[in-house]
Amino acid sequence: MDGILLLDDGTAFSGKGFGHLGTRVGEAVFTTAMVGYQEILTDPSYAGQIVAMTFPHIGNYGVNPQDVESRAPALAGFVVHDVSPAPSSWRAHGSIQDFLRLHGVVGLCGVDTRALARHCRTRGTPKALVSNDGTPLEALKARLAAFQGIDGEDLTARVTAKAPYTFAEGFEGPEGFVAELAPARMPGRAFKVVCLDFGLKENILKNLTARRCQVTVVPAYTPLDEILALGPHGVFLSNGPGNPEMAAAALPAVRGLAERLPTFGICFGHQLLALAFGGKTYKLPFGHRGANHPVKRLETGRVEITSHNHGFSVDGDRLPAGFSATHVNLNDGTLEGMRHESLPVFSVQYHPESSPGPHDSLYLFDDFIAMMEEFHGRRDARR
Amino acid sequence: MMKPVMPKSVLVIGSGPIVIGQACEFDYSGVQALKALKEEGIRTILVNNNPATIMTDPDLCDATYLEPIEPWALEAILEKERPEAILPTVGGQTALNAAMVLHQSGALDRFGCHLIGASPQAIRAAEDRDAFKAILARHGMETSRSFVARSVEEGLARVAEVGYPAILRPSFTLGGAGGGIARTEAEFGPLLAYGLALSPSGSVLVEESLIGWKEFELEVIRDRADNVVVICSIENLDPMGVHTGDSVTVAPAQTLSDKEYQWMRDWAKRVIRAVGVDTGGSNIQFALHPQTGRMVVIEMNPRVSRSSALASKATGYPIARVATQLALGYTLDQLPNLITRTTPAAFEPALDYVVVKIPRWSFDKFRETDPTLSTHMKSIGEVMAIGRTFKEALQKALRSVEIGRYGLLDGVPPVPDGNTLKAKLAIPNWERLFYTALAFQHGLCVDEVRDLSGMDPWFLEQMAQLVATENRLRFFSAEACPADLLVQAKEEGFADRRLCKLWDVPEAQVRQRREAMGLRPVYLGVDTCAAEFEAKTPYFYSSYSGTSEGVPLAGKKVVVVGSGPNRVGQGIEFDYCCCQAVFGLKDEGYETIMVNCNPETVSTDFDTAGRLYFEPVTLEDVKAILDRERPDGVVLTFGGQTPLKLARELESLGYPLWGTSPSAIHRAEDRQEFQALCQKLGLNAPPGNTARNLEEAHAKARELGFPLMVRPSYVLGGQGMALLTEEAHLDQYLAQAIEVSEDHPLLLDSFLQDAVEIDVDALCDGRDVVLAGMLEHIEKAGIHSGDSSQVFPPQTLPQDLQARVEDLTRQVALELGVVGMLNLQFAWNREGLFVLEVNPRVSRTVPFLSKARKVPFARLAARLMAGRMLSDLPELKGLAGDRPEGLVFVKASVFPFARLLGEDPVLGPEMKSTGEVMGVAPSFGAAFAKALSGAGVPLPQGGAVFLSVRDQDKEALVPVARGLADLGFALVATRGTRLHLEQRGVPVGAVNKVGEGKPNAADLLKAGTLRLVINTPMGRKSQRDEASIRCQAIALGVPCITTVEGARAALEGIRALKGGRLSVSPLQSWP
Repeated sequence: MDGILLLDDGTAFSGKGFGHLGTRVGEAVFTTAMVGYQEILTDPSYAGQIVAMTFPHIGNYGVNPQDVESRAPALAGFVVHDVSPAPSSWRAHGSIQDFLRLHGVVGLCGVDTRALARHCRTRGTPKALVSNDGTPLEALKARLAAFQGIDGEDLTARVTAKAPYTFAEGFEGPEGFVAELAPARMPGRAFKVVCLDFGLKENILKNLTARRCQVTVVPAYTPLDEILALGPHGVFLSNGPGNPEMAAAALPAVRGLAERLPTFGICFGHQLLALAFGGKTYKLPFGHRGANHPVKRLETGRVEITSHNHGFSVDGDRLPAGFSATHVNLNDGTLEGMRHESLPVFSVQYHPESSPGPHDSLYLFDDFIAMMEEFHGRRDARR
Repeated sequence: MMKPVMPKSVLVIGSGPIVIGQACEFDYSGVQALKALKEEGIRTILVNNNPATIMTDPDLCDATYLEPIEPWALEAILEKERPEAILPTVGGQTALNAAMVLHQSGALDRFGCHLIGASPQAIRAAEDRDAFKAILARHGMETSRSFVARSVEEGLARVAEVGYPAILRPSFTLGGAGGGIARTEAEFGPLLAYGLALSPSGSVLVEESLIGWKEFELEVIRDRADNVVVICSIENLDPMGVHTGDSVTVAPAQTLSDKEYQWMRDWAKRVIRAVGVDTGGSNIQFALHPQTGRMVVIEMNPRVSRSSALASKATGYPIARVATQLALGYTLDQLPNLITRTTPAAFEPALDYVVVKIPRWSFDKFRETDPTLSTHMKSIGEVMAIGRTFKEALQKALRSVEIGRYGLLDGVPPVPDGNTLKAKLAIPNWERLFYTALAFQHGLCVDEVRDLSGMDPWFLEQMAQLVATENRLRFFSAEACPADLLVQAKEEGFADRRLCKLWDVPEAQVRQRREAMGLRPVYLGVDTCAAEFEAKTPYFYSSYSGTSEGVPLAGKKVVVVGSGPNRVGQGIEFDYCCCQAVFGLKDEGYETIMVNCNPETVSTDFDTAGRLYFEPVTLEDVKAILDRERPDGVVLTFGGQTPLKLARELESLGYPLWGTSPSAIHRAEDRQEFQALCQKLGLNAPPGNTARNLEEAHAKARELGFPLMVRPSYVLGGQGMALLTEEAHLDQYLAQAIEVSEDHPLLLDSFLQDAVEIDVDALCDGRDVVLAGMLEHIEKAGIHSGDSSQVFPPQTLPQDLQARVEDLTRQVALELGVVGMLNLQFAWNREGLFVLEVNPRVSRTVPFLSKARKVPFARLAARLMAGRMLSDLPELKGLAGDRPEGLVFVKASVFPFARLLGEDPVLGPEMKSTGEVMGVAPSFGAAFAKALSGAGVPLPQGGAVFLSVRDQDKEALVPVARGLADLGFALVATRGTRLHLEQRGVPVGAVNKVGEGKPNAADLLKAGTLRLVINTPMGRKSQRDEASIRCQAIALGVPCITTVEGARAALEGIRALKGGRLSVSPLQSWP
């Protein structure tokens, strides 16, 4: 079935439908990551977005039960240039077409995603609609016109855990791959970490469990006292979709936790931390999405190649009081990481857990462990 | 940011002549390196004896040594120049090995010089396979099971550890030379012995077979702050078992998930750190088991490589340039991404297209060579194509290779039965891609082809779809084909040339229908970042899906069409000339646009021309670019035959071709027109005739008499050309699949016996002519000019003859109305002076003469085409008639025989060399000795010489033999030669021919007693016997001279060598 991607400025991209047949509105974004489409599909940070892959061939190695970042995709639509007819991989369990169908993701292939990327780059992130179910164009236009965009929506509520749960899974994937993720140093004790779920990627938690952490995931808006009652040694603020200002309800807990316990934030968690301490966030013209962004670690001067997925950024010129920049993006100079000068609190904008993307920044998980060790002691006092 | 402390002077070692496994990619990387050094104000010194390189142009370097890349010459340069550092990582294996020898001999310490880019320790760790495997094991990475054999006995004793088939890889050899696969013990012993002989360290790695595993490469760079980035991943279509240089490859990798890719990336980082390449680039190869996913590291090259050139062109990331800057101490974040100019070089390129590389082989020239592909590289060149999809890129690459095939099923030879087809899939060969398509056509499924070939089903599925599309297309006629099917075909990369064949209509008809539909390619940018940032550097490829980017270049502009893939007969010389054309047109104030598809070249560097179209050099692709750019001029005469053959059609379509007119070119190339031209100007041409069938061939041959030079029409580089001495040979010749028909007439020429050949290059502006130079061939006529040794200035030609040659050249140039350059070949013997060929274009010898005379002739020729007159060019003042004093320049050719075993190294009218070197010295002997030394066959200064020559050469051999004996050489000769020499009073030892019992010449060769072989071919009868001696000499690295003139020159060379140390001098100091 023929399909269409419609942008709010009237631009239309034609394509062929695949996966679930339907119509969805969302924000159109592009990622330049060349591999890792299954991780991207299951990354909850894409909630409310129609994700376009600039890499032309998608679906080459199929899908498998291991390369997932959450139970189910949260994105609004998936747009590619060429979808592979038959997957080829010793790991494949099925095709991307089936995966999209199974999870109700509206797919569009045959799209000039390079032109779309150029459009977004010059005009900014558009509100958009993807349809592959034959809905008449006028109806689509009306629906898109009525769409308010996602910046005013609390997407967190949509993707966060409904109830607390413990997470104890380890890394999955090829043996050699898993071996590469082994921590440089194993902590002497098992720290209890509470993770505030704003739409988390499981690979973050796997990096914590790989370091012996006992992880409890709690819904985003869990009150401070309930979290403290769990007796955590440290707090992790997860990634997630949307505008951080829409999750203002979480800020008191975030601040309260960060003032009391070692705290590590990634992406949305990083943005909330900044907001909780009085910083500012703003929407980037077209965001950062890909697996090749150079980030400089100011402490050492070294460059990490990092995985990115964010539309908002913390204003590096107006850092909250007490925080200093630790990482900066070499492409556009935006803030990529910050640390509190006296509290054991730090955060990064990018994705050290990668998945997909390079493993250059896994040391941040070790830093988090070291911070808890310093705060609570290297050995468990009860032993 | 702190600027690093830099060395004041750096010696860059080039890679020498073009050989299999080392082509113009090292000119490309060397040029980038020199430019980067120059930007820092560093004094640059270069050693490279390949005159056909841009890097040896005088203005790229402070001191350019066209000297052999041999320890003696390097030490002399170090002594003279005292560079602070040596950059050994941009000149291939040659440079790396040379640097290691300097390190081991203590020369580096003696001259207070250190290596930058890679330390001796890192080079050793990467190159010594034993050490490499140990290091990887220490760092927790897997390699294949293996052991190192230092003798045949050791190998046989331990081969069970890895089992059969076993892979053999000699240490420290180029492009896998001497390697191979042994499936049985009977194959293992001899292969190991050969490998041990070739390895400079006398060791061979015997490895577990990874045949059939998926093969990948990562291009990695690292800076002194330990930042590591991966520039590109490359996946081989041919699984393990085929040398990566002989594999069809795809970038980026297509069949890896993120988890597998990151695992590979992690190991790549770990390898470069463990081996200790602190600054610069490395290429790391991996194998992945297709069913279990087990991954092993195969090898690494601690330097820029052919793959890194491919990766640079595939991504837009200039690896060699950045690697050089990192070697100087910069860190990646201090360097800009020159494509975006706003972001740093510290990043990993993101691609939104697919790149396919297809090698170009020359099995048609080397008919004795086993055409099976293995771990031993055999291809001469390669092409790269960019498309939005794999299908489009693959089909663009297919037509770029210029083998007359425009699609997967185009011209595939039929197979007699299913088993033959299956064998063609199972045993790697250069046509496997085509047989794969044929298999789908015959109804095999993807899984069957995968099981036979080991190729990944993802690629096979894509090819099966191309076959399906082609079958749908066949169903229609050109008029009836539905528009959407035509659109689909073009999106999938089908060439007009393929469609017209399917529909049996002229190409123009397909094109007209397509253009009438508005179905034209779009042009997309190679921007390193998948459109995330704006690209400032215009580097484009075409596609039939997408939205065109960039506008036609503004201002006065000229398109220069490049020379396509390297092959025997058309190599780096023509890329050099194309680059010079660009420089010349820039001098004249034009915007320049380059079209080419060879990823190894300087011409396809993003900053050579003002704009680059990385496109096949075919009528369809070039025309589309001209339609988009609408240039003021199109230049076709610098890239050899590839662009030239587009001339007539482009002219008839009305494009503004610059320079000599296509009709003038036709007058020189067409047989009859050429003879008419000769007649008009009163030139002698050898009597010749044309035969259109076999009877006619015999009749005409008898008429002309033997010896006779014969060739099929419409060939390049003397393809299929042969010298026949008697009529019986004509049948043998015609039986070798030489077609003789109305369309393909056979050309017959009287052979000029005992003639000296002369090559002349000249410039002409239509009114006036200036001679660039005259080259005297060392071998007599009958050897292809691309293969013969040549000397400038001429050594034995009388002044009045030279004046006549000059005069005739002038007449021909003016008669043809040449604007630019032309090349003439003459032969001179007792009967007079004959014109053999007129080529109204730049020739293979132009770079050599440009270096010898320090005048960029090709660059000036381009300026003539832009309307400049000869009298406007001060560079040419005083050139005419003037002979440079004081230096002699010898060109020696370099042959691939050591890589193509079984090939008789005898020279003839069909060109076989892959490259050339220059030897420069005050005397002919010294220059010749240098040239041979640089060509990898240094003349001996003692030992025994084997002599065996045909009757007509025996008398001429006498003074040579006497001279060698006087210089202290022991002479041995076969019976006839020995008796003749003894009769003339030259003492000679006896040796048997191979068939005559022991000890024979082969035994002496094996024993290492013989240091020089002089053997002229005696005709067909004893050829096999002689050929085996010559082949063996080549395999053992013993110089083998097959002409008596060559022997005479060798004697002079040896005399010069024995006369004292050869001196070195930089080009900049030449007169």
